[in-house]
Amino acid sequence: MAAGETVATRKGVREVRDSADVEAGLDALDSAPVGPARTPLRQILRERVLPPVAAVVLVLLAWQAAYEAELKPDYLLPSPADVWRALSDQWYEGTLFSTVWTSMQRGALGFAAAVVIGTGLGLLLGAVRSLRVGIGPVLSGLQSLPSVAWVPAAVVWFGLTDATIYAVILLGAVPSIANGLLAGVDQVPPLYLRAGRVLGATGPARVRHVLLPAALPGYLAGLKQGWAFSWRSLMAAELIASSPELGLGLGQLLENARSYQDMALVLATIGEILVVGIAVDLLLFAPLERRVLRAGLAGVRG
Amino acid sequence: MSETVLRAGAPVRPVALAEVEQPAVRLTHVSKWFDTAGRRQTVLDDISLTVGRGEFVCVLGASGCGKSTLLNLVAGLDRPSTGAIEVTGGRRPALMFQDHALFPWLTAGRNIELALRLRGVPRRERPEEARRLLELVRLKDAYGKRIHELSGGMRQRVALARALAQEGDVLLMDEPFAALDAITRDVLHEELTRIWSENKLSVVFVTHNVREAVRLGERVVLLSSRPGRIAREWTDSDLPEAALTARVTDALREEIRRHGRR
Ligand SMILES: Nc1ncnc2c1ncn2[C@@H]1O[C@H](COP(=O)(O)OP(=O)(O)OP(=O)(O)O)[C@@H](O)[C@H]1O
Ligand SMILES: [Mg+2]
Repeated sequence: MAAGETVATRKGVREVRDSADVEAGLDALDSAPVGPARTPLRQILRERVLPPVAAVVLVLLAWQAAYEAELKPDYLLPSPADVWRALSDQWYEGTLFSTVWTSMQRGALGFAAAVVIGTGLGLLLGAVRSLRVGIGPVLSGLQSLPSVAWVPAAVVWFGLTDATIYAVILLGAVPSIANGLLAGVDQVPPLYLRAGRVLGATGPARVRHVLLPAALPGYLAGLKQGWAFSWRSLMAAELIASSPELGLGLGQLLENARSYQDMALVLATIGEILVVGIAVDLLLFAPLERRVLRAGLAGVRG
Repeated sequence: MSETVLRAGAPVRPVALAEVEQPAVRLTHVSKWFDTAGRRQTVLDDISLTVGRGEFVCVLGASGCGKSTLLNLVAGLDRPSTGAIEVTGGRRPALMFQDHALFPWLTAGRNIELALRLRGVPRRERPEEARRLLELVRLKDAYGKRIHELSGGMRQRVALARALAQEGDVLLMDEPFAALDAITRDVLHEELTRIWSENKLSVVFVTHNVREAVRLGERVVLLSSRPGRIAREWTDSDLPEAALTARVTDALREEIRRHGRR
C-alpha cells in the first residue's frame, strides 16, 4: 500500500498523512554528511611516514658518529655500512630469505596453533564459571611469566626438536589469546546476546555470529599480544635450543654470529627480527584494528 | 465503551470464536519474582492475558512496573516463576528493544540477512529479501550503511525490518520509539500501523506513553506497579482518541497515586 492511501486502524478508517515524504525529509536531515574526505597523499606522507623515517635517519647518524669517534673498537661496534654489508652478504649467499622464512614459518604455525587453542580455551572459560574461577588466575599468572623460562624445561622434555620450539611458543601465546578473548567477552553488552537469542542464534551460531564479533576488540588485542609473545618465544627458543638438526632460523643465526664474534651479523640479525615483528604488526594487525574501529565497536556504541 | 476491571483469567470482552481457539499468545496465571540478596521481589503477579491473532495490544504501565520483564518472558529470554506461556505458530516471537540492538559490526543489510540466515533462508535469496524488507520500512538506500551512520529513527526502522525478517507471527515491542523525537515517533507510528495491517501480525507493544498506547492499540492493558498486575483494560471504542487518552491517563495516575498513599 502506498503512502497517502487509507489504512484501517482502531479508529476506523483514517487518513494517513503522506508520511513517506516526511520520513524521507527526516532521513535526509538526520543522515550524517557523506563520510570524511580522504586524506590527501601528501598529508599522509608528511604526518605518518616522515616522522618514523626521520627517527631512523637520526639513529643511523648518531651510530655513524659514535663509530667515527671510535667509542669502542670496531669489532665491538661496527659501522652501519658494515652491518649493511653483512646483510647483503646474506642476500647473495641466499640465506637471508631462507633464514627469515624458516623463522616466520615456525612463528606462523605456532601462532595459528595458539589461536586455535587459546580461542577454544577462552570460550570454554567464558562459558563455564567454575573453570574460570579455577583456571583464570593461573592463566593470568602464566601471561606474566616470561616464556624463556620454559625453554630449559621444554628442552628436557622434547630434546632439541621442533616440538620444543612449538611448546615454548604455545606456552607464551595461548594465555594472552585466551585472556584477551575473555576480556572481550566480558565487555560484550548483554543486549547483543539477548538480541542474538531472540534471532535464534544458539550454540555455535551464537559464538560465531554474536559472541566473537562482539568480543572482537578485546580478542584482537589478545591476538596482537599473542603474536608478539609467539615471536619473542620463538626467538628465545631458537637462540637457546640451537642445533644443526633444526633448520636455521633467525635465533640460531644470532647464536652462530655471536659464537663467530661477528658483531655486524649479530646486529643485522637483530634488525631482521625487528623488521619481521614490525611488518606483521603493520600489515596484519593495523588493518584489522582499523576495520574494527570503523565498525564503531571500540568505545563508540550505537 | 467497555471498561473492565479484571479478575485473573476472566474473559475481557466478547471475542471471536476463532480467536479463543487459537490465540497468538496466551499467558495463564504468570508470576515472576527475582530473589536478590535474600529478598524476594515479585515483579509480575498472576498475569493472565490473551493476544488474538492479528491483534494489536498495548501494555501500558509506569516505569519499573515489569513491562520489559513481561516481554522477556513471552520472548523466551527468561522463564516465569509460575504459570504458563503459550505462543502459537511455532516460530519464536520477534522482539524489538528500546535500544535498537542492531549489531554494529554488520551493515544494516547484513543485520537483516543474519536474521534470515538464522531462520534458514538459503544464501542466494537473502540479499533480495533483505532489500525487500528495507523497502518495507522505506529505507532501501540503507542496505550498505553502517549502523552508526544511521539516525535514531532509521535504526529503529532497520530493527523493525530485522524483526520482520524472523517471520514470527508475533511481534513484541519494548518501548521501541521511546528515545525518538516526537516528529519521528509520529511517522513511525504510521509506518508501524501500515506494516501491521498489511502483514497480519500479532503485536504486543509495551510503552509508558498513554497517547502512544491509545493511538496504536486495539486494546490497551494497564499494568499496576509493584507487583505488576493487570489493573484494567480498554478495548476498541467509539470514543474519540483524546477522550480515551484522558481516561486512560486518569487510570494510570490513580495507579501511581496509590503507591504514594501506601
Ligand atoms: N534480572 C533481574 N533481577 C532482579 N530484578 C530485576 C531483574 N529484572 C528486572 N528486575 C526488577 O523488576 C522490576 C521491573 O523491571 P522492568 O525492567 O521489567 O520494568 P519496566 O516496566 O520495563 O520499566 P521501564 O519502563 O523502566 O523500562 C524492576 O524493579 C527491576 O529492578
Ligand atoms: Mg522496560
